[in-house]
Amino acid sequence: MDLTKDFKTEFMTNEALQNLISSWISELEFTEESSEFLNITVKAEQLHQLMSQLKSNTETNFDYLFCLTGIDWGKELGVIYHLESTTHRHIIVVKVQTEDRENPTFDSVCDIWKTADFHEREVFDFFGIKFNNHPNLKRLFLTDEWEGFPLRKDYVDEINMVIK
Amino acid sequence: MNISLNITKTITELLSGFMSEGAANIGAMVTIALIYLAIFAVAGLYLVLLERKVAAWFQLRIGPNRVGPWGLLQTMADALKLVSKELTGTVKADKFLYNLAPYFVIVSSLMALSVFPFTQDFQAFDINIGIFFLIAISSLGVIGILLGGWASNNKFALIGAMRSGVQTISYELSVGLSLLTMVLITGSLQLSEIVEVQKNGWLIVQGHIPAVIAFMIYMIAGTAETNRAPFDMVEAESELGAGFHTEYSGMKFAYFFLAEFINMFIIAAIATTVFFGGWLSPFGITESIPWLGVFWFVGKTLVLVFLMMWFRWTFPRLRVDQLLTLEWKYLLPLNLLNIILMALIVWLNLTIQF
Amino acid sequence: MDTTIKNSNLKSEEYFINMGPQHPATHGVLRLLLTIDGEIIKKVEPDLGYIHRSIEKMCERDSYQQIVHLTDRMDYLSSHINNEAVCLTVEKALELEVPERVKVIRTIIGELTRIASHTLWWGVMGMDVGALTTYFYGFRDRELINDIFEETCGARLTMNYNIPGGLMFDIHPNFVKRTKDFIAHFKTKLPEYDTLLTGNVIFQKRMKGVGMLTKEDAISFGASGPVGRGSGYSCDVRKHHSYSAYDKVNFNEILKTEGDSFARYQVRIEEMWESMSIIEQLIDNIPEGDVQVATNAVIKLPKGEFYQKVETARGELGVYINSTGTKNPYRLKFRSPGFSNLSLLNHIAVGGKIGDLVASMATLDLVIPDIDR
Repeated sequence: MDLTKDFKTEFMTNEALQNLISSWISELEFTEESSEFLNITVKAEQLHQLMSQLKSNTETNFDYLFCLTGIDWGKELGVIYHLESTTHRHIIVVKVQTEDRENPTFDSVCDIWKTADFHEREVFDFFGIKFNNHPNLKRLFLTDEWEGFPLRKDYVDEINMVIK
Repeated sequence: MNISLNITKTITELLSGFMSEGAANIGAMVTIALIYLAIFAVAGLYLVLLERKVAAWFQLRIGPNRVGPWGLLQTMADALKLVSKELTGTVKADKFLYNLAPYFVIVSSLMALSVFPFTQDFQAFDINIGIFFLIAISSLGVIGILLGGWASNNKFALIGAMRSGVQTISYELSVGLSLLTMVLITGSLQLSEIVEVQKNGWLIVQGHIPAVIAFMIYMIAGTAETNRAPFDMVEAESELGAGFHTEYSGMKFAYFFLAEFINMFIIAAIATTVFFGGWLSPFGITESIPWLGVFWFVGKTLVLVFLMMWFRWTFPRLRVDQLLTLEWKYLLPLNLLNIILMALIVWLNLTIQF
Repeated sequence: MDTTIKNSNLKSEEYFINMGPQHPATHGVLRLLLTIDGEIIKKVEPDLGYIHRSIEKMCERDSYQQIVHLTDRMDYLSSHINNEAVCLTVEKALELEVPERVKVIRTIIGELTRIASHTLWWGVMGMDVGALTTYFYGFRDRELINDIFEETCGARLTMNYNIPGGLMFDIHPNFVKRTKDFIAHFKTKLPEYDTLLTGNVIFQKRMKGVGMLTKEDAISFGASGPVGRGSGYSCDVRKHHSYSAYDKVNFNEILKTEGDSFARYQVRIEEMWESMSIIEQLIDNIPEGDVQVATNAVIKLPKGEFYQKVETARGELGVYINSTGTKNPYRLKFRSPGFSNLSLLNHIAVGGKIGDLVASMATLDLVIPDIDR
């Protein structure tokens, strides 16, 4: 095992992470409110740049994307990325959102974490969010003919949905 | 026992009492064929039951125990169910070949039964090239499997059939060569002759080391010939669903199924005849009562059948390339060396004779 | 491999077969579209959704108590741990400290669940490689665990024993004795598993060097549980993000560095020993006390985002709750271990034979309702 690597890079507190990451890209919003992790809100066009830096930087080294959640805020559609570093064991949450409900598009992070392949297809399937540069973006669970995106808040299906 | 055990002769003589000689010969053939068919269809069913009971014993279960006493009628009931089932098939199947395939398989395995000497003179057809006939007939069955797999127009069936072709052609070599090793001692291909030779000691004892090697190779290759686990690549249910008979139902499926069990019996019966003295009793204890030979023959065969069942219920399945590696890189060279060893032993008169 | 035979007008081409949704090796309704060249796998494309019930959407309309019951139906072989995951998230959000007794009982039942799940996996894994007897050996031991569950939880599969704030009721008086009996029994039976399957030459030939997954790929694909640990990736949530009573017990995280199917197999077998050790450490020391903390009849989580991961028998299950302060979650996401583990199937199966695909898929231990939430 490479001891020097362990020595140089270790667990970073949320504060240290915030200081480091804000030095890369200026227009990021950080918050720790109402969440146990450090939350970063990033603009869609800077998403891929931030993500690849989070992964490749040896101090952050977020090599494990453990959760990728699509979310519908009513007006905006967003994606939440939960990242963890398997070497330093710190966790960070990256959020991105768009107001475009007709054609929401973000950059794919498949090239950074292979697990994003399936997770992004799931988000595409249920939220209709498209991912640029995704190798195989098609519906995963639902049939190709399915109309609408079931996990959006405005989705209506009078037959299959039981609403209380 | 006044009735001669030579059934062919007995029946021919009986029939020629009231018809011409030619008709009597044909009549005898038909009668014997029907008797054999009836006996072995039922025997096959009981082999299935035996397999299920043995499997249950291995698997901490009880096994069939509801139909008839100790579940003895279970497979009869299963057969009745299969007979009454609808024969389904795929629309785009090659109908003629599809229907022909099960008959190939079942007929070839039933034909092989005709040459076995069940006891002294109790043999339907004592042909002088017995072993050769057996090897030839038992490899016909694979044509049925290939036809079935091809004609079903199903990819799983096709893969299964192709695997079967590859497997049977390869392992045929080992079966043939290991039996050939033993023929070096007997000097005859005729099965009754082979048993006769063993009155001086079973061949596995006479041939000692090379005979034991030949027997082991024979059992491995024989299990592969019958497409049973651990060589059940052809059906490999976790890979191919049901393999070559995926699209067969009802009685046609039953033919494949029955043929598998009769083939198992045949492989064990050949081993009994060639290695373990056929119907001869151990140390000649019942030599004076020839009909008891049937008991010894069936007994020895069932022990070997049990061995094959034991394989099936304990071993995982090989992969198709490992199967071929085993045959072509290990068994075949070993077999060829073994023949030379046996030839030397016979030449130098090192066989053990009592 | 060259697909055409040189100097010949014979040519071979790739073809598709459909494996599933009804197929003995896909353990449920997984459908795999295989591109095959002869016997060699060129591509595996899973087609999902045959049993998708949209549990995440249902959760958005249900109360937190109701959500717990839905999670049984995801990974039904670790139903207790799934329940626990939701309860832990809700308790974390409410800042509720559950009694020690609850934590210990949850841990014991969680580990029993893990053993039950692994024995079942071992049985069907053997069937997938053609050893049919393993199935019954696995089920023999699993039945005893199910009996323990039945007595305490009233159910054998979908246990519903956890509620936010604790347990539904106390353990059955026989629980401790029966669990001890089971551990004593299983200690004599687990070595049989090795005798029957692990040591078999054919089995080892089938598993070793098959379905290779490097550590880097395992992390990148989000592999977790025994799949990740078989590649030397330390990913045991019980160690790294300890919950319930796992911080009070000593156990080893089983790591194998080979990364092949056999390593994943061994990890699970050794995990059963570790689980037994965890149960043994706790079973005599269940603290006295209440089995639940009173919560409001209608649980309202504060506004915010809550995430909790637990280690199910298949790997890391994450529960993400986004609450707006009402009695229902605004968005609830289950990060299921099977989903990520399935995504690496193509990676490990390409280049192998059909038999290899089945063998390596068996070591991923997929439960389809877990993937098709």
